[in-house]
Amino acid sequence: MDRPDLLAQIPGLRRYARALTGNTWAADDLVQDTLERACSKWRLWIIGSDLRAWLFTVMHNLYASDVRRALRRQQAGVSVDVDTLTNELIAPEDATALGIDLQRCLLQLPEEQRTVLLLVSMEDMSYEEVARITGSPIGTVMSRLSRARIRLQQLLDAPAVAPHAEVTQSGAAPVLRRLK
Amino acid sequence: MDSQTTRQLSDDELHALADGRTSGPERFALEARLALEPNAKSRLAQWQQQNLLLRDLHRSVLDEAVPSPLLEAARQTVSAQKTTERWSRMGGIAAGVVISFGMGWLANATWQSQHRGTLTAQVPASSEFVRQARYAHVVYAPEVRHPVEVTAAEQVHLVQWLSKRVGKTLKVPNLTAQGYELVGGRLLPGDTGARAQFMFQNGAGTRLTLYLGAIPAPAQDEVTQETAFRFATDGAVPSFYWVDQGFGYALSGPLQRDALMQLAQAVYQQL
Repeated sequence: MDRPDLLAQIPGLRRYARALTGNTWAADDLVQDTLERACSKWRLWIIGSDLRAWLFTVMHNLYASDVRRALRRQQAGVSVDVDTLTNELIAPEDATALGIDLQRCLLQLPEEQRTVLLLVSMEDMSYEEVARITGSPIGTVMSRLSRARIRLQQLLDAPAVAPHAEVTQSGAAPVLRRLK
Repeated sequence: MDSQTTRQLSDDELHALADGRTSGPERFALEARLALEPNAKSRLAQWQQQNLLLRDLHRSVLDEAVPSPLLEAARQTVSAQKTTERWSRMGGIAAGVVISFGMGWLANATWQSQHRGTLTAQVPASSEFVRQARYAHVVYAPEVRHPVEVTAAEQVHLVQWLSKRVGKTLKVPNLTAQGYELVGGRLLPGDTGARAQFMFQNGAGTRLTLYLGAIPAPAQDEVTQETAFRFATDGAVPSFYWVDQGFGYALSGPLQRDALMQLAQAVYQQL
């Protein structure tokens, strides 16, 4: 019987989570939650089907519900999520200027567009796989992909606004502003 | 010019081009129409550039050591899976909590011992395998006139023929998205039977070879016949190799570790 190696999937899940959340700690938390959920839901995985796709589905569902929860919190009166801002400030250790800029632009895409773009471009998944993972019709996947690519290009082409650049040292919250 | 060639390219068609989801005549037709549409052409170039950037983003994470809490969570999942499998193998219906606990413990213990077995028993066979793969690469990749026995033009025949000889239904991975096209393949002798070699080449003339064949292992649990990706550099050409269900695979090419790893993953996922 085919038994693909779960351990071998972890590096890929970590990288995808890093790009999705833009934050090292949040990413590893998400991977941890994914593995724990996988453990409790193991029977739902059909043996012989694609383990990687299943794990990405589990992660997608967790992340989407995290985002929804965060949005509800925000609407309930917490005006600015400082974590969201600091995500944009902390440069990953290995980052090039290009990588930081790309991550910054990615985080400005709506979650559902970012997900589709990363699954297609970074993870090289087929459109059908992405539709299965995100639980949306293929037409929705394609239109999100179009919007994501067009928007990302606009963001990448726009002159970088770098008002945050100086405050990284202080560690204190920068001038808070509403993001949405 | 008919309407087919003059119709504007849709976003979906551009995505398919950017992501390498078309090939052969379909791709040629799209590219012919693209030549007439400068706007679509520049959009495609932007999207391809985005793909390159995204594929590179956080790449170093792939080589980082996995933090131990994550390893621990994965191990628990593996032992949960084992328990489930043993249950179904025994046709287990209700046998009580006590047995299930016992099986979990047992599954965990066997998992650990099997993995020790993998390390000691599998390495010699697969390192001989990768050595032969690299010889085959070094011999055939520079060949100008006869790099392959059967060319990609006869892909169906090639795959049927090699499948028959190595005793497994083979699939040729599609590496178009990574810029590599199939050149063709050949049959080779290995120390434990027939081996197949597929050759790929990119626009710059860089050649990759995928070498595969059965690796007979002691008839034990299937776990002993699987290994993780391994990287071998101590020779003329670097290789990634792995063993899956008693079958060995080695991808060799004059590339950096990361680039080769990415290709090996693409191959692994498709096979």
